[in-house]
Amino acid sequence: MTAVVSLRNVAKSYLRGKQQVEVLHGVNLDISAGEFLALMGPSGSGKTTMLNLIAGLDQPSSGEVRVAGERIDRLSRAALSSWRAQHIGFVFQFYNLLPVLTAEANVEVPLLLTSLSSKERSKRVQTALQLVGLADRGKHKPNELSGGQQQRVAIARALVADPTLLVCDEPTGDLDRRSAEEIMSLLQALNRTQGKTIVMVTHDPKAAEHASRELHLDKGRLVDEAARRAA
Amino acid sequence: MKYFGLIWAGLWRKRARTIFTMASIVVAFLLFGLLQGLNQGFNTVVTNLNVDRLYVSAKTNMTDGLPISYSARIKAVPGVKAVSHWTYFGGYFRDAKNAIPAFATDAQPLFQVYHEMKIKPEYLEAMQRTRTGALVGEALAKKYGWKVGDRVPIGTSIWTTKQGSSTWMFDIVGTFDTSSYGGGFPSFYLNQEYFKENSAFGGDIVHYYLVGIKDPHQATQISKQIDALFANSTYETRTQTESALAQMQLKQLGDINFIVNAIVGAVLFTLLFLTANTMMQSVRERTPELAVLKTLGFSDGKVLTLVLIEALALCVLAAAVGLALATFAFNSGAMRAIFGDFRMPLIVMTMGAGTALLLALVSGLPPAWRARQLNIVDALAGR
Repeated sequence: MTAVVSLRNVAKSYLRGKQQVEVLHGVNLDISAGEFLALMGPSGSGKTTMLNLIAGLDQPSSGEVRVAGERIDRLSRAALSSWRAQHIGFVFQFYNLLPVLTAEANVEVPLLLTSLSSKERSKRVQTALQLVGLADRGKHKPNELSGGQQQRVAIARALVADPTLLVCDEPTGDLDRRSAEEIMSLLQALNRTQGKTIVMVTHDPKAAEHASRELHLDKGRLVDEAARRAA
Repeated sequence: MKYFGLIWAGLWRKRARTIFTMASIVVAFLLFGLLQGLNQGFNTVVTNLNVDRLYVSAKTNMTDGLPISYSARIKAVPGVKAVSHWTYFGGYFRDAKNAIPAFATDAQPLFQVYHEMKIKPEYLEAMQRTRTGALVGEALAKKYGWKVGDRVPIGTSIWTTKQGSSTWMFDIVGTFDTSSYGGGFPSFYLNQEYFKENSAFGGDIVHYYLVGIKDPHQATQISKQIDALFANSTYETRTQTESALAQMQLKQLGDINFIVNAIVGAVLFTLLFLTANTMMQSVRERTPELAVLKTLGFSDGKVLTLVLIEALALCVLAAAVGLALATFAFNSGAMRAIFGDFRMPLIVMTMGAGTALLLALVSGLPPAWRARQLNIVDALAGR
């Protein structure tokens, strides 16, 4: 299968005060189209950093990040913005909906960057809300929705522009068990029925069970799966 | 246009704060419109004053007066069309609080010099025939319910009659329209001859000679000629155009331009900090939201533009309301009574719009730049 995401010798370090902190060390990874990958690992292992690099939110200190056939580690800030709009759908732990907008308006935001007409945008928003089972809550503002419903709206927003890759950072981290299960089932369904490639960072082994592949990061390195299981 | 919803929602994120900020801007621009309008109004009135009229007064002080005998000599100056005169009567009706701008004059040439004032010829003829006659402005007649044929008592604190009375009786023989001059124009005229005969003293004193000239371009030359006629005499003259006289009188109120600009400047300076603070607070509170927009693909430039347009919407909308209120106030009857048929000058509206734009840019740019520079990873992590 074709690799949608390809990381080669990716390293990332940050300057924290005067100290250089190495977060990722020479990571190599391929994610195939249609895969649902769960990235797990303890806090500080570099999961979110890796997700940010894949989503084009950050640049590696060295190495090569190729997503949807493009070397995104070489793109400028402006080019990365436009690239993200085309290829990435992002789901955050705390939903991060715009509180002043209705669910419909929130879902429409990524489409504002396209050349679609208002009518076409509205049609797509309705389809996305139907897909997440919230067609009847479109006029509600985020504070009028439950946590699970807000995360569904966030998923609809991530999907509405039909991105190449869905990137989820702890999507169930702020939800109760039942809502978390609903969200994971929804993501799994999107992966299986719509063929969406999903990369998800999670702490939750139950959430990770819905993925087609699990990877573990420890101290900035991908852990050899066989060795991990043996351990 | 498709970003309108996003901008509008951002603007009203904190409804109370936006309303209070807008109210401050509305009040500031109402003040701006009124003061600048007033200033421009004075300037317009002065500029539009007739240049084919000259005012001759005593060089030392207008109140010193000039001899009535100067009239014929002034009239003989080449280029002079008509000469009339004003002697300040300082009248009141029934009570000293009801002041009336009354002047003794020679009515026939007065209406030649003030050719814009509208009067029926029969009223002028009646004034000639009636020694105790008075011509009254329509607004003044309306105010006290006077009609042609009425006999009215006018008191004066300056001129007593030969009989020792401070109340003079006048027969209203006609009315005239002074609307083109506004409310402050003299609107009660009595015959100079009657004044001279009946006054216990100073009946042959003239405070202003009003000189109509044929060619406005000759105003300076004729002024010099008139003043030269009476140079080194007991009663030397000072001759000015109408606008120069008005400017001199306005200066007695102080430098209006300076006062207006100082007040408006202070208000706008304060407003700048207020608006900048509001925008800065708004952007700071929305840091995660702006980071989300960037995550979704909004470029740095687009985020900067959204914040700037929000500042523009805030300032321009509120400024438009303030200027509209100022325009409404200017078109009110009270203002027209002062300035005559005067409307809010277009230049004030243009200046107001320009100031609002500048205010929006200066107050919106720092928060917009901050939003532009926002690092997505740091902002999402709350750093």
